[in-house]
Amino acid sequence: MRSLDRFIKVDWQLGTVCAEAGVTLAEILALAIPQGWFLSVTPGTQFATLGGAIANDVHGKNHHLRGTFGRHVLGFGLLRDREVWACSATENAHLYGATIGGLGLTGVITWACIQLIPICASQINSTMVRFDNLAEFFSLSAELDHRHEYSVAWIDCLAKGESIGRGVFIVGDHAGYGALDVDKRNKLNVPLIPPLSLINNLSLRAFNHTYWHAHPSQRKQVRSGYEPFFYPLDRILHWNRVYGPRGFQQYQCVIPDSAAEVAMREILGVIADAGQGSFLAVLKRCGDIESPGLLSFPLPGASLALDFPQKQGLVPLFLRLDRIVHEAGGRLYPAKDAHMSGADFRRAYPAWEQLEALRDPSLNSHFWKRVTE
Amino acid sequence: MKRVLIIGATSAIASACARIWVEEGSQFFLVGRNAEKLEQCAADLTVRGATAVNVHCMDATDFAAHGVMLESCTAMMRQIDIALIAHGTLPDQKACEQDVGTALAELANNGTSVIALLTLLANQFETQRCGTLAVISSVAGDRGRPSNYLYGTAKAAVSTFCEGLRARMFKVGVHVITIKPGFVDTPMTQGLALPTALVAKPEQVAKLIVEGINKKKNTIYVPGFWRFIMMIIRSIPVVIFKRINI
Repeated sequence: MRSLDRFIKVDWQLGTVCAEAGVTLAEILALAIPQGWFLSVTPGTQFATLGGAIANDVHGKNHHLRGTFGRHVLGFGLLRDREVWACSATENAHLYGATIGGLGLTGVITWACIQLIPICASQINSTMVRFDNLAEFFSLSAELDHRHEYSVAWIDCLAKGESIGRGVFIVGDHAGYGALDVDKRNKLNVPLIPPLSLINNLSLRAFNHTYWHAHPSQRKQVRSGYEPFFYPLDRILHWNRVYGPRGFQQYQCVIPDSAAEVAMREILGVIADAGQGSFLAVLKRCGDIESPGLLSFPLPGASLALDFPQKQGLVPLFLRLDRIVHEAGGRLYPAKDAHMSGADFRRAYPAWEQLEALRDPSLNSHFWKRVTE
Repeated sequence: MKRVLIIGATSAIASACARIWVEEGSQFFLVGRNAEKLEQCAADLTVRGATAVNVHCMDATDFAAHGVMLESCTAMMRQIDIALIAHGTLPDQKACEQDVGTALAELANNGTSVIALLTLLANQFETQRCGTLAVISSVAGDRGRPSNYLYGTAKAAVSTFCEGLRARMFKVGVHVITIKPGFVDTPMTQGLALPTALVAKPEQVAKLIVEGINKKKNTIYVPGFWRFIMMIIRSIPVVIFKRINI
């Protein structure tokens, strides 16, 4: 789909962009920032395409204020039955809802128009503070989230006992003054796949320990470019190679508010006991803004994302985590999933039957076959 | 800011070049066969910051239409800084062997239409006494190979024509660059079984073309390693060459 990469129309007065679905978020930012606009919602990589962002209804650090990407999609074209259907909240609304978060199953998104948000400067003012345990995370989130556009926390997934869920809380806002510059940092590269994963219990423990201690216990304000704030991993091309030839598997779940703290403590306990996990375990409170998408992932609650080096022991670990998520009434993120059971999926996403009914019969995916058959 | 005329403007390599030139503003006069695709390219360049974009629908093999096209181009831009000739097809060699009409039509698509356009453009550039004529030829023109010698013939004609034209235009300050791409991942090569290690992306090729134009290179192979590949292919003695199929 990357060859569908032309812009169609922009309106710098209203902050709307229409482009073909293969245009990447980075390409949109490169044009929008100098004009004083930014993506309403951005995931953790700017290499995603517009079509992919819609099909997975991605979310970002401002979910508590702006909801998912799908909420800012004004309309799109959907190719199915050899015809391009214009879809929006008012036109072909059933296809609009099914396609946002529809995992590409309703047809091929050919173009889309999105609404941007105005910014005064391209830089981000952020505040970071480390916290000692999970309870502190939830109190920091309750105190700070509503006051800042962006909020996220890094978690030391190996910490145990009293320190379970310790991490670094980061909030940020677009700077009120400054230049409108497109970040152009030199990219680093992982040139080859090492024979073994460089992420192992030892390196993980060392990194997490150092990272946590390197952050101040007092609140510290930092001004940075938008790239280091939103897209730290984009700096390192092929970063996934550090996981070795077997790669890694992501686990991302969201737990409803009522059970979030208890379930997160249990999940992190199980992970720490297993001694596995990633450099970047990300914990974030999601807000209650509804997405127009039928199968949108976020719920009002807390979302945790981790990357695990692929290995034998992962299956039983994931099964244990699945059980906790299930009992807490949470769910997994289909966009990042490679193991979810059909029963769990169908319980967590009751609207799946509506999507199945609107699926383009000529399209299917391994994921969809696994969870529906 | 540059004033750029592109013939075959909807081609993947041409579009990728235009996206580099548009970063400094630039005016475009886009020529192609498909009006809808031309409009899409024009919209894309406008969004990306082009100061002006005009489109002109024309089939390059319609020789009589060349004059009108050039007139409306100069009416828009007055002077052309870069003329990029990027149109072409990849003929079905087997079909060209079976049918004279097909062979001659493909020769027109890739060879004589380029020569006709360059003849007109050369006179225009001669009066303005500056600018660059950038012509996309091909590594295929370096040697006639059994797998696609009709295409190779057309491209060899273009390369040789450019060599002569370069020497003529040099005296009036106009630069002529012959561009010889190898395999590029474009709609033209879609469906062909090509060795993936040798296939370049249009963006990568475009970067090298724009660089070559800026540095006033005479002939560039894109990517550069094709110079060595073609050196080897050219040095294979005929007694062997005629016995192999490449």
